[in-house]
Amino acid sequence: MTTEALTSTEYIKHHLQNLTCGIGDGGFHCAHTPEEAQGLGFWALNVDTIGVSLVLGALFLFLFHRVARKATAGVPSGAQNFVEWVVEFIDGSVRGSFAARNDLVAPLAMTIFVWIFLMNGMDLIPIDWIPSVAQWMNLNHFKAVPTTDVNATIGMALGVFILVLFYSFKIKGAGGFFGELTLQPFGKFILLRPVNLILELINLITKPVSLALRLFGNMYAGEMVFILIALLPFYLQWVLSLPWAIFHILIITLQAFIFMTLTIVYLDMAHQEHH
Amino acid sequence: MNINATLLGQLIMFVLFVWFCMKFIWPPVVNALDARKKQIADGLAAADRGKHDLELAAKRSADLLREAKEKAAEIIAQGERLKVEMLDQAKASARDEAERILVAARADVGQEVTRAREALRHQVADLAIAGASKILQREVDAKAHADLLSALKQEL
Repeated sequence: MTTEALTSTEYIKHHLQNLTCGIGDGGFHCAHTPEEAQGLGFWALNVDTIGVSLVLGALFLFLFHRVARKATAGVPSGAQNFVEWVVEFIDGSVRGSFAARNDLVAPLAMTIFVWIFLMNGMDLIPIDWIPSVAQWMNLNHFKAVPTTDVNATIGMALGVFILVLFYSFKIKGAGGFFGELTLQPFGKFILLRPVNLILELINLITKPVSLALRLFGNMYAGEMVFILIALLPFYLQWVLSLPWAIFHILIITLQAFIFMTLTIVYLDMAHQEHH
Repeated sequence: MNINATLLGQLIMFVLFVWFCMKFIWPPVVNALDARKKQIADGLAAADRGKHDLELAAKRSADLLREAKEKAAEIIAQGERLKVEMLDQAKASARDEAERILVAARADVGQEVTRAREALRHQVADLAIAGASKILQREVDAKAHADLLSALKQEL
C-alpha cells in the first residue's frame, strides 16, 4: 500500500472499505469508493466478507466433520481429542445456562463460537498481507476480517433473533408470548399495559442489535488500532502491534464466547414460561 | 458502512452451517463421548469387582492352607499313634512268642527229665538188684520180688 504514497487518511479509508460488488449503472462491477458502494444500494454483496466467512465456516465444518466421522469411543487421536475438548467446553456452557431440552442449542452454540472465533482470528494476520494479495489479484479493496463488517454480525444476530422468536411462539404460544410482552411486570394496571408492551418490544429488539453491534464494535475498534499502528514507521510497529496482538487474542476469544453465551441465554429465556 | 445483501448471505450461511453441525458433527462426537464414558464406568466397576474377587480368593486360599496344615498335623499325629500302637503290638506278640517258646522248651526239658529219671530209675533198680543178688550170692527171683522191685522203683 505504502509504496503508492497514500496519505494516512487514504490508507485508513482504503482499509475500511469492503469489496462491494453489485449491479449498478453499466452492469455488474465492484465499487472503488465508499460513495460508489453506497450507490449500489441494498442488492450488493460484500464479496470479501462472504468469501472469507464461507471459507472459514467450511474449514471449520470440514475439519470437525472429518474427525466426527471417525470418532471412536476408544483412545482418541490428537485431532479427536481437540474436537472433544471443544465439544465438552460448549456442552458445559450450554448445560450451565440452558435449562430446557433442545438438541439444536449446543450445535448452534458450537457453530457460533468456532466460526466467530475463526473470523475474529483473521485479525491477527498482519494487516496488509491479505489486501496486498487481493491487490495483486486486481481486487482493489479487501477487508479480511468478516466480523468488522456490520453486515456479517447483523446477519448472525438476525439468525439468532429468528430462533428466539420461533421458540418463543412455539413454547409459549402466540397468546403466551404477547401476554408476556404486555403483562409483565405492569399487568395489574391496565393503563400501563401499552407502556409495558413498548418497553418489552424495545427489550426484544435490543437483543439482536446489541448482539450484532457488540461484536462488530469490538472487532472494528481492534482492527482500527491495527491500522493506526500500521501507519508508524515499520521498525517501530512491533512495539505496539505485538502487545496489541497478544491482547487481541483475548478479545477474539472473549467476543466469540460472549456471542455464544448470549445466544444460549436468549434462547433459554425464549424457552422459559414466566408465571 | 452500508447495509446490503451481505447480511442475507451471512444469514443463509449461518443457517446452513448450524444445520450441518447439528446433523453431521455434534451427534457422532457426543455419542463417542457417551460411549467412552460408559466404557470407563464399566471398566472401573469391573476393576472393583476384580479386586473384590481377589480378596475373596486370598481369603479362601488362606483358609485352604490352614485346613491343609491342620489335616497334615492330624495325619502326622495319627501316624505317630499308629506307630506306637504297632510297636506295642509287636512287642506284645514278641513277648507272647517268647513265652510260648519258653513254655514249649520247658515242657520238652520236663519230658526229657522225666524220661531220663525213668531210665535212671530202671538202671538204679537193675543196679540195686544186681548189687543185692551179688550180696546175697544168689539169684534173686525177679518174679518173686517184682512187687518189691517196683515199689523200690517208685520210691527212687
